[in-house]
Amino acid sequence: MSLSAKETPANFPRNPGVPLQTDWFDAIAVNTSAAERRAATLTTRRTVKKDFQAAWLVNAIRCIDLTTLSGDDTPDRVARLCAKARRPLSDEIMRGLGLDHLTTGAVCVYPSMVPAAVKALKGTSIPVASVATGFPAGLTPLPLRLAEIRYAVEEGAEEIDIVIHRAQVLNGDWQALYDEVAAMREACGAAHMKAILATGELRTLRNVYKASMVAMQAGSDFIKTSTGKEGVNATLPVSLIMVRALRDYGRLTRHKIGFKPAGGMKSAKDAIAWQILMKEELGNDWLQPDLFRLGASSMLADIERQLEHHLTGRYAAAHRNAIA
Amino acid sequence: MSKVTEILATMDYGPAPEANGEVVKWLKARGSFGHLIGGAFTTPAKTFAVQNPATGEVLAHVSQGSASDVEAAVKAAHAALPGWSRLSGHDRARWLYALARAVQKRERFLAVLETMDNGKPIRETRDIDVPLVARHFYHHAGWAEMLEDEFPGMGPVGVCGQIIPWNFPLLMLAWKIAPALAAGNTVVLKPAEYTPLTALAFAEICVEIGLPKGVVNIITGDGETGAALVAAEVDKIAFTGSTEVGRAIRRATAGTDKKLTLELGGKSPFVVFSDADIDGAVEGVVDAIWFNQGQVCCAGSRILVQEVIAEDFTRRLKARLAKLRVGDPLDKSTDMGALVDPVQLNRVSSLVREGEAQGATLHQAPCVLPSKGSFFAPGFFTNVAPANVISEVEIFGPVATLTTFRTPDEAVELANNTRYGLAASVWSENINLALDVAAQVKAGVVWINGTNIFDAAAGFGGYRESGFGREGGREGMLSYLADAPVKAKAEAAPITPDTAPHPEASGRADGIDRTAKLYIGGAQKRPDSGYSYAVMAKGRTIGLAGLGNRKDIRNAVEAAHGAKGWGKATGHNRAQVLYYLAENLSQRAAEFTERLKSAGTPKAAEEVETAIRRAFWYAAQADKFDGAVHSTKSAHVTLAMNEPYGVMGVACPTDAPLLGFLSLVLPAIAMGNRVIALPSQNMPLAATDLYQVLETSDLPGGVVNIVTGARDELAKTLAGHDDVAALWYCGSPDGARMIEAESAGNLKVTWTPENRDWLSPAGQGKAFLTRATQVKNIWVPYGE
Repeated sequence: MSLSAKETPANFPRNPGVPLQTDWFDAIAVNTSAAERRAATLTTRRTVKKDFQAAWLVNAIRCIDLTTLSGDDTPDRVARLCAKARRPLSDEIMRGLGLDHLTTGAVCVYPSMVPAAVKALKGTSIPVASVATGFPAGLTPLPLRLAEIRYAVEEGAEEIDIVIHRAQVLNGDWQALYDEVAAMREACGAAHMKAILATGELRTLRNVYKASMVAMQAGSDFIKTSTGKEGVNATLPVSLIMVRALRDYGRLTRHKIGFKPAGGMKSAKDAIAWQILMKEELGNDWLQPDLFRLGASSMLADIERQLEHHLTGRYAAAHRNAIA
Repeated sequence: MSKVTEILATMDYGPAPEANGEVVKWLKARGSFGHLIGGAFTTPAKTFAVQNPATGEVLAHVSQGSASDVEAAVKAAHAALPGWSRLSGHDRARWLYALARAVQKRERFLAVLETMDNGKPIRETRDIDVPLVARHFYHHAGWAEMLEDEFPGMGPVGVCGQIIPWNFPLLMLAWKIAPALAAGNTVVLKPAEYTPLTALAFAEICVEIGLPKGVVNIITGDGETGAALVAAEVDKIAFTGSTEVGRAIRRATAGTDKKLTLELGGKSPFVVFSDADIDGAVEGVVDAIWFNQGQVCCAGSRILVQEVIAEDFTRRLKARLAKLRVGDPLDKSTDMGALVDPVQLNRVSSLVREGEAQGATLHQAPCVLPSKGSFFAPGFFTNVAPANVISEVEIFGPVATLTTFRTPDEAVELANNTRYGLAASVWSENINLALDVAAQVKAGVVWINGTNIFDAAAGFGGYRESGFGREGGREGMLSYLADAPVKAKAEAAPITPDTAPHPEASGRADGIDRTAKLYIGGAQKRPDSGYSYAVMAKGRTIGLAGLGNRKDIRNAVEAAHGAKGWGKATGHNRAQVLYYLAENLSQRAAEFTERLKSAGTPKAAEEVETAIRRAFWYAAQADKFDGAVHSTKSAHVTLAMNEPYGVMGVACPTDAPLLGFLSLVLPAIAMGNRVIALPSQNMPLAATDLYQVLETSDLPGGVVNIVTGARDELAKTLAGHDDVAALWYCGSPDGARMIEAESAGNLKVTWTPENRDWLSPAGQGKAFLTRATQVKNIWVPYGE
């Protein structure tokens, strides 16, 4: 069985966006305690064991945007990451699980690393995702941010992870936020756009809901929690509110929006937790890579160890598996 | 295809059963259980089978407790009482700590056993029931340690008979046993017949840690065993269960001097305002009525939704309902397990059918139920008229009703349109609105933007027909402590009202006729009977008093209900009125002293002087006998508020005609109650003379209503009045028995203080204020 992003059965139309409609979120009420309670019990109400756990971990791999976003990234480092994205599990584990082909959902890099990633992934169907728009702070002038998107797309990125201008959320400047994101969407062209909200800097769950809604109205294909560089990155309560927002948007527009938590998720346990969230709050469509991505780097190594343990019954050592 | 690739196609959860090998082994090794009496297990004699409601399989056989078993257990508890109650608080704290630790050391065993016995999902027993059990013992180890400092002068009640239900078997055991032991009582506990197994496991823990023999006795059996325990020589009965049985226990214990606390049924409102977090509230419904298969006395079973969001809310609720997983309770991914017994399944099914037949629309989870076991698909009703049976009756299953409202006022009206008053849940992002509703709703527990949140440090218990007494926290300890003993003094026997014409009584020395009427709604009213009776002193008639009857009581209760503002007035306002009352009484001290002298009252001047001081003391308390902020969970403010009952009856002793009356009426009104007072039957004139004092003191009409006449007859009417929330009776033992039995109708709170020397310090105190209030715990989670 082949499992990679472009070969999955579902293929949903892109989100064309809608005009800014503040009445979809102006009066939104989000009770933080209630959200925290729900988030805390998601993983105590559901669990997966044995073969089911293995399958869910494999599913997580195909939803991973395997990421490197460091100041010391080099083309060779990116190539190494891409090699892991092409072959995320050892042949032994693949055989043991009865899989013949598996890749991660995408590889995610800085714009200047896009050529290296495209080269390294040549011959695969793994898309290259690039962050853009002055990642992570998003405070460079708009023309430069848009130019950065065009650059990454021209170099072969098929997915662009943009960052929003946080001050526009904090000040409730929805029109400005909408206009910027819509301009970014236009600059992306055929590339799918993920809007990073940097929720750790939006602070309140109401802000998170409102920013999610504006980003979707402006045409984002995915909404994404974090850059990985904020003080607080992906958390379950924040993710809960974002998926509720995209569910509400879907009901109002019939468009399916993807969700990408990113940053801070390191373990196989996290991979299961976020999949439970998707299944419970949205449904199985959101367990497919075209609607769900996990922005992570070290998570894959932990998943691989867990899968090895599943097959051998022995606890695994990270150094015995290939690093990214 | 491999197994893994098949699963990838469906992304199902798959089975995740909790291992139950240890519990199965334990059950097999025991086979059948005796009772725990005096530190040892009895040999099982007559037994009955205990089943797993999810599978129907027999788990064990337990003993059917007979009257003699109960007697033996009560005897063992009496024998253990002196030693246990004489232990220092610290020593008892050590034992409670040992119990807490023992529970923690086998938490998984207890969770699995509870799930098998009760049918509730392992997620709940593991994450909620058992951790709360341990928490309860820890918390009460602390109360034992601090007992003397925190409750000076109080002592244990004695031997407590405790009867617990099947919905939270081990948790209810902890709620009963922990405070009882902390306060120095010994107990005989009867678990429910459906779910006795965790209690028996707990019994083994008691033996294992070497708890002194007879301190905890556990008798298994059915309702007959429970009835035997109620009838036994115990000093207190604590019961959690149905209102129907609670009422029977109230009648059975009437006049026995057994202290009684009841935690009964509910039909708790779950109020969702349009500015609420709707998804949060929908999730709240899951934690309310779809928790523990809806077998929760405080379940938010009446969902009230503001009309403007009703459609949206209903749609989201249906979507959420569809996600619930019903099935094997031992599976870690199960949301809802089995109802406790086929009997309950039938009861719930037939009530639901009846609700449908009466016009309501049922929405049920589209789940496939296991082929055997007592499973019921969760759901809710729409199109529910208030007159539909399911609006009134506690279904005690996973089915809520959904009704709409338009305004906050209407929400409160609907919320309070019930006989019950256990809990309420209020959802709004507007703190003003949420607290306003919390204050108005008649319920012992109010959760704002949450539901079914529990902690040992907060009191739990009901208003109205949901019972009385609290479990948990400081207020819960009071349910297991006796007031400092009072030197009782028999009152003078009530005279038989003589309504024959008494020409010599109508006149006065100054030649102007003076007639004591009744005092109702701030005005003097002629008695409905059209009769007056002679008030005698020193062998001669000194005046006439109205002979009140049922209708006067009815009118007085209505007048009291009309004086709603008094309960909402500030403590300061009430204090001002009471100080003013003292001032006016003081101004007329000589007149009252004369009146008392003429009535043959000894120490007349002292009685008047003490009455004035007492008014000052309760004025002082009016704005100081306040509640607490309990230390419960992080990021939760848990407010324990002392609220007045509302409308109370106060039947006064024949003795101390002025001071006896004021000693009972003052604390009641200081706390914001409105009272219907029955003054001394023999000498009502000291009270009727107060009319002018009450009026000139700015006491609003209807706050104090005075009906003179045959006390016990009038008290009986008050006891049987469903719109009177509490009744104090200071009189004869026969009268006390009568009012306790009669009060079972609406389960009003009663207090039957002994007559005493009202001039002594025993005539006032915080015990009076505690009795004049009920504690409402309001939970306010916070966080942005």
